[in-house]
Parts: sequence; structure tokens; C-alpha cells
Amino acid sequence: MRLRGRTAILIGVLLAAVGVSASASISAPVRTVVLAVRHSKFSVSDLEVKRGEKVRFVVRNEDPIDHELIVGPMPVQIRHESGREKWHPPIPGEVSVPLLETAETSFTFAERGTMWFGCHLPGHWTYGMQGQITVK
Amino acid sequence: MSRRACVAVFAFALVVLPTSSALACGGLIGPNGAVNLTKTTTLAAHHNGVEHYVTAFNYAGGGGEFGSIVPLPTIPSKVEKGGAWTLQRLQQETAPLVQKEAAAFATTARADSAQEVYKTRIDALDITVLKGGGESVGIWASDHGFRLPPDAPEVLDFYAKRSPYFMAAVFDSKAAKERGQQIGDGTPIHITMPLRSPWVPLRILGLGKQPSEAVTADVYLLTDRIPNLLPAAGSGFEIERRVPASEDLLADLRSDRGMEWLPPFGMWLTHLTINSTAPQLRYDLAINVDGGAPSPTRAGLVAPRTPAPTPVPTVAPTAELTPIPVVTGDLAAAPVSQTRSTWPLVLAFTLLPISAVAAFGWWRWGRPRTST
Repeated sequence: MRLRGRTAILIGVLLAAVGVSASASISAPVRTVVLAVRHSKFSVSDLEVKRGEKVRFVVRNEDPIDHELIVGPMPVQIRHESGREKWHPPIPGEVSVPLLETAETSFTFAERGTMWFGCHLPGHWTYGMQGQITVK
Repeated sequence: MSRRACVAVFAFALVVLPTSSALACGGLIGPNGAVNLTKTTTLAAHHNGVEHYVTAFNYAGGGGEFGSIVPLPTIPSKVEKGGAWTLQRLQQETAPLVQKEAAAFATTARADSAQEVYKTRIDALDITVLKGGGESVGIWASDHGFRLPPDAPEVLDFYAKRSPYFMAAVFDSKAAKERGQQIGDGTPIHITMPLRSPWVPLRILGLGKQPSEAVTADVYLLTDRIPNLLPAAGSGFEIERRVPASEDLLADLRSDRGMEWLPPFGMWLTHLTINSTAPQLRYDLAINVDGGAPSPTRAGLVAPRTPAPTPVPTVAPTAELTPIPVVTGDLAAAPVSQTRSTWPLVLAFTLLPISAVAAFGWWRWGRPRTST
């Protein structure tokens, strides 16, 4: 009887460990996407994310000029293209990246559809600093 | 009226009359990242192993400070104010032909600082000759208050692979105004460089231009022999004229400031017109005046043998969720990594051996003891 009790405790401890381990695999994932910028081009032009997914964008500026990252739907991109904001505070989905530095911002994709990311410093979007995000 | 006076009057007319083409040089950059350049006129003269590169600024908009970056094939032996009418006199020489045929054309780490190897002031222009890589020259420009256009990093790297020398010219509009200069006036610059074969940077002319925007320029060559060009005419530029330079022309040019080195006769005049776009104009003009073939490397058509190391993007660990992406151009696909909370796993792996030790101990403790 005594042995059974100890065995039961042992099994309990093991089950608890397995349970904790299992909980690790179901915790909400935060994806990190590293965007390198060289010669005023993002290293990625297309991304695919899941609805509700939170993405941490790490922008590594390898150019000797400033860049920025703006994530959002097209109306947001249009607003920034004609905007006059020289510097973006660290609000979700918008970050300025000084020359040769790395900056990051996070964005949660709440709805399905097409989103965009890009740089809106003068001439940069037209030059090709843009990409598309498909939210599935 | 003396010949000199005639030339001066004609040059003045060329500058003042609305039909005259504006002059400019290099790739101009400004606080808003763009300047409305109209046209560039350049003379690349080569005599006795020395290139005399004469160009001038004239832009059609903006205020405050503007700068220009001109890539150089080697360190110049002299940078001085250019002649007062050299470029205009060359335009005069070829203007009739142009009019006649006009209808036919439509590291992830911060790089070392750029080294300032030469500084001088010419009128309202602060001239600095820099030695460094594309990155460090770009940083130098940014540190000096100029916002480079988005194509600048690639263009500067393109040139830095061939020569580490650049000339930055900062045009101070305030100083120009104090001198009585008007926005739009040109300041000619004369760069003297010992060089076996002449060379003319062309790609830099497209700096900051929109893909559909025209890049137009007049390039004049004065050489001891008929020059061989690379690339060949037709790919964005045409040879308007290639003739022995007249003694009248050479005499007029020799009478201008800093042009006395020109021989009185025996030179060839070549007039090239650039009519291209930035995406098309991805080369420079390599010239051979010894009868041989020009260097494709100097033309920018072939990469140098020992190219500067290109920083390779570091790739972060990629986990199971890897929905990536389409690779663009020659850039590597972006690294994607997964971030999760790891403490539960650590706890689990810590608990497992403890549980095993505890179980073994309890088993040993609870086992019936036998006496001997």
C-alpha cells in the first residue's frame, strides 16, 4: 500500500511536468520577422500571416540613409506617403530606423485581407521599398 | 572686339537667354531628397596623361544648402574654379548641329568614417574630396545635413567598388545670395587628375531621378587621338560629333581661366548627348585614347576583380512556422523566427530528473529490508 502511494505521487509529479511542458506548446506564438534593408530594398516583398497573429518586425537598416517601416492597410500607406511626419514614435506598426541601426515594432493582424508594409520617406515607396502581407 | 570679348558676350547670352540649356553636375541631393536638375554639361579633356574634368552647377529649384557628389577615378591633383566660358564655348561650337538634328532625337556595423583628403572653397561652393567606401561617404553626406535619395546607397557602392574617391560640393545658397549670385547661376569646377585614360561618370547623373524621368546631358571630350568609347553609342547616348578640334575653338578655350594647358592644335573634339533614364543609365563612359579597347570594368559593365565585401544579412533561426515569402532580386529571403515563452519547458526539464531521483529514493526507502 505504501509503495502504491509513492508510485501514485511519482506519477503525479511526472504528469505535472508533462502538463507544464504541454502548456508551453499551446502558448500564443509571437512571430518575429527580420526585415533587412539594403540599397533601399526590403529583403522580403511578400509575407503571409494568420488572422489574429502578432508579428514582431525587426528592421535592420544596412544603408547609410534613414528608413522607416509602416505596416497597415493601403489608406494608412497613402496617408503616410503624403504625410509630413519626420519621425515615427514606437506605436504598433510604425517605426523609424536611423541609418545603420536596428529598430522594431509589433503589429497584430486582426482581420483577413491584404495589408502592406513600406517606407514613406521621400521617394522610397516609389523606389520599391514596399511589400504585401496576406492575412489568412 | 577682341576674340576674348566675343566669347564672353556669347557665353553670357547662352546663360541668360531662355533657350540656353542649364548646367549642372553630379548627383544633387538636398534636404528634401530631390532637386529638379535640368541638364548637365561636362568637359572631359585628356592631354599628356592628365584628365581635366570641367563641370558646373545650375539647378532649377530649392533653397538653403544643396550638395552634389561626384565620383572620381583617382585623387585629383587640383580642384579649382573652372573657366568662365569653356562649357558655353563648347556648346556654341556644337549648337548648330544640335539644332539641326534635334528633331531626330527625342555591414551591419557602422563603417569607418570617410576621410577628407582635400578641402577648398570656390565661390559659394564648399568642395571636399573624400576617400572612403559608399557607406562611409553616405554617412558623411548624412552627417553634413543632406538627405540622400533612396538610390544613393546602391549608386555609391557601385562607384566605391572602382575608386574610393568622391568629391562633395555643398552649394550654400545664402552665401551665393550674398555674393550676388542668383538661384540658377552656375559655378564651374575644374578638376585635374593624372589618369592614363579619361573617364566620365554617367550613372551618377540619374541619382534621385524617378524611373520615368529623363536624364539628359552634354558631354564633350577633347583628346589627343580619336577616342574609343565603352559602351558603344546607342545605349542611352549618341555621338553628335567627332571631328578634329578647330584651332579657333582651342584658341578660345586656351584663353579661359585654367585652360592654358590645351595645345593650340591636334586635338579631337567629341560631342556626346545623353538622353536616357536612370534605370537605363547604369554605366559610365570608359575611354581609350591609345587605340585600344576601353575597360569594361571602368565602364561599370563588369565588376572589379576584388570587389568590396558585401555584408551578408544574418539569418535568424527559423522555426516551424515558416510561411515565407518570395525572394526579391538578389536579396536573400528574410529570416523568420518564432518567439515563444520558454520557461515552462525549462521547468519541465528541471522537474523530470528531480522526479526520477525522488522516485528512486522512495523506492529504495520503501523496499522491505532483509537481515542477514
